[in-house]
Amino acid sequence: MATTTPEIKEEQYVRPRRAAKDKYIRIGSQKVVPRIILVLMCAGFVLPFYWMVTLGLKSNEELSIYPPTLYPNNPIWSNIKDATEAFPFWRFAWNTTVITVLTIVGSVISNPIIAYGFSRIEWPGRDKVFMVVLATVFVPFPVLIVALFDIFAQLNWINTYWPLVVPLFFGQAFWIFLMRQFLMQIPKDLSDAARIDGANEFQIFWQIIMPQTLPAIGAIAIFAGVSAWNDFLGPLIYLQDSSMYTLSIGLTFFQQQDSYDVQYNLLMAASALIVLPLIVMFLLFQKSFIEGISVGSIK
Amino acid sequence: MERKNLGLGLLFISPWIIGFLAFLAYPIWYTVELSFTRYGGFGVPEQIGLDNYRRMFDDGLFWTSVWNTVYYTSLAVPIGVVVAMVLALAMNQQLPEIPIYRAILFLPSVLPLFAVSFIFLTLLDPNQGIVNEFLRRFGLNPPNWFGDPDFAKIGVVAIAQFGAGQIALVFLAGLKGIPQHLYEAAMLDGAGAIRRFFSVTLPLLTPIILYDIILGISLGLQVFTQSYIITQGGPAQSTTFYVYYLYNNAFRYGGQMGYASAMAVVLFVVTFIIAGLVFITSKRWVHYDLS
Repeated sequence: MATTTPEIKEEQYVRPRRAAKDKYIRIGSQKVVPRIILVLMCAGFVLPFYWMVTLGLKSNEELSIYPPTLYPNNPIWSNIKDATEAFPFWRFAWNTTVITVLTIVGSVISNPIIAYGFSRIEWPGRDKVFMVVLATVFVPFPVLIVALFDIFAQLNWINTYWPLVVPLFFGQAFWIFLMRQFLMQIPKDLSDAARIDGANEFQIFWQIIMPQTLPAIGAIAIFAGVSAWNDFLGPLIYLQDSSMYTLSIGLTFFQQQDSYDVQYNLLMAASALIVLPLIVMFLLFQKSFIEGISVGSIK
Repeated sequence: MERKNLGLGLLFISPWIIGFLAFLAYPIWYTVELSFTRYGGFGVPEQIGLDNYRRMFDDGLFWTSVWNTVYYTSLAVPIGVVVAMVLALAMNQQLPEIPIYRAILFLPSVLPLFAVSFIFLTLLDPNQGIVNEFLRRFGLNPPNWFGDPDFAKIGVVAIAQFGAGQIALVFLAGLKGIPQHLYEAAMLDGAGAIRRFFSVTLPLLTPIILYDIILGISLGLQVFTQSYIITQGGPAQSTTFYVYYLYNNAFRYGGQMGYASAMAVVLFVVTFIIAGLVFITSKRWVHYDLS
């Protein structure tokens, strides 16, 4: 008895220790290691934001110190105000907002109507025509810039917002696709029941189907708004008078003024102001952003 | 009944038909027409037959731009696929705070390329940038980035990765769609984590990889904003990408809109040929069935 007892005791002692070891390995491989990797990745993705804010708050003197300081020793908050005065920031912000709002309006009106025709009505040749819609996604926009510029010049549309906005009222292939994916998930019976009740197609579209698609319309509004706010090549080509410029073109003012002495602190402060509404929108509508991309991706 | 539906269907899609004809089909046709002319944007285009196409063969800068674009695309596309997949695998972990990581990794992809280009211009500044400051502190000899012809394109590739979150979300949706029982079956067969990735995860993600490759090639061939803002095509023309050169011909050098149109036609044809080739070869490596 006296000799066996320690053995039993040892066995009782070892078992939980081994279990504990296994548990540590499991926690390590499932919780700790992924966390370390994720935090490092996120650090890499946050770094450009961090540097934008840091430079944006540095004084002119601190900006030229070598080696560079890794955070603003003496943050100059007035840089934000100075950045809006170094170029016509509010004028350009207003211009960009006008284009963005018109783009959203055009996209929200046109894409649901078109997508409805490609999903809720059965007509001969529909799916073949839809293949054409999909194929147009792959036409690179730069292919069209020379011809579009010349066509819009003949219409006297250069230096107006029409070339940037009007095409959006006629649908965008990718958003038609996104909306169609969404509409096809709504049961057919819903339309059929309304037809039996004597509703015509426009009533079904407007009263029955549209109220169901608000999440998808929201996603289109967000994507359309973001793409208009972020557009660079379009405004660069079509807008020539500086009073018409968007923020994207306006930001290049910093380089053009004096290429050897770009005020990077003000440039970064202005960039932060341009990016800020996007970050706010993203935080508010994160779900729509993510669902919009995921809906478009499945199959 | 069907006839009535045809009219109704066409009525609903009529905005698209008008837009397709006015803003896509006609401009493409017009681009082809202009490509056979000498045209400066004013007056009547002068017919010069195939001269613009012949000119490409002798235009050294044209070939430089082709080489730069091919170089950039063949670097950016595979790196982009790997980065997006790694991000997706990371975002697929079972951790309570995963929405925070997901937001951080996704957010940069909704930011405008012009602003991101300016940020990377300061981030990768040889002397004042934080990246080189870190490298120096670790005792490394940092590159000149956008000032060095060998590193400028790599800088542009890095910018593309900053926006990888969007396609990573598509991969993440794909990962979530893989049935759990396939992993359980593989585990019963004694497959380890790496084996499970290559025999279950990767094959089932191939449709998304195909989508990413085609999209990536299309975007790679269009790269423009980064050169316009950061490098103006330099140094030593190392970032004079195809569309940047096309833009310069159309809007900066006078009287070259005909030549720019010919370049546009070539870009259009090449984009579709490459997408077609990728699509045809994809039948050998893309798995669509879940069984």
